[in-house]
Amino acid sequence: MMPRLHEHAAENLQFIRETMARAANFTAVPGLGGVAMGVLALAATIVAGPPRATSAWLGVWLATAGLAAATGFIAILWKARRHHLPIRGPVVRRFALALVPALVVGIVLTAVFVRHGLFAQLPGCWLLCYGAAISSGGAFSVRPVPFMGAAFMVLGALAFVAPTEWGHFFMAVGFGALHISFGIVIARNYGG
Amino acid sequence: MGKTARNPAGHSPVVPKTTVAKGPLALDRLIHERLRLGIVSALAANERLTFNELKRLLQTTDGNLSVHARKLEEANYVACEKTFAGRVPRSVYRLTASGRRALDKYLAHMEAIIQAMK
Repeated sequence: MMPRLHEHAAENLQFIRETMARAANFTAVPGLGGVAMGVLALAATIVAGPPRATSAWLGVWLATAGLAAATGFIAILWKARRHHLPIRGPVVRRFALALVPALVVGIVLTAVFVRHGLFAQLPGCWLLCYGAAISSGGAFSVRPVPFMGAAFMVLGALAFVAPTEWGHFFMAVGFGALHISFGIVIARNYGG
Repeated sequence: MGKTARNPAGHSPVVPKTTVAKGPLALDRLIHERLRLGIVSALAANERLTFNELKRLLQTTDGNLSVHARKLEEANYVACEKTFAGRVPRSVYRLTASGRRALDKYLAHMEAIIQAMK
């Protein structure tokens, strides 16, 4: 009987640990915000066109990135407020710490690529870095998020091997279509 | 002798009834039940969770969750805030200080059992 008692206690502790790990997810990831970010990306694709080594092309995408980041941030705050979800604390901190490093890598690599005139390689770089950030952050969020990150990374890798003039198509499929489709899934299943 | 206690909801056996002793390390039957233990554990890790989030997380039914959450509320282990998202009512749960103390005590109890067997 005694070994069973020991086993049951261990099993209960395991159950508590697993439940806590599952519960400690960042659930304020915004589906509707993702849809809005996707629409912005599609508009930017139309305006910017195929990758060109010009400040205008780069400027359109950098401005869109800033606008999309602000949209995403506001959408997170809006969803958290609507559902009474925490926007501070260990869960959010863990999500942010997983998300940010790959984004910083993306910013640094953008500066390096621009300096060396590698504009045509930027779509692949951005899709890969953003995908890595979303995959990492998604480990602490709702189930579709890491899948979305992985899809971005696949597109990024393909963009590097595809003809460089297709860069804007990859941007449209990634930052546009992926954001919109996963955004709809998240909005429908995870409260907006 | 070899039989273990089965909780009223029919969930998996956890510890033999004979271990439910009185004293400083007495087993808290209220959170010992598997679903209630799940609710308390989830709320210990996440400041606030809605009814639907708890339901999804613990893979249970509306009725089952509702019954067990109410028992925890009555014991002041969890607090429930009723709000509206548009016209839809929403219940948001959080762990109270006494609920957290109860979980800590329960964890200490389980660890003490494991230590005693080593």
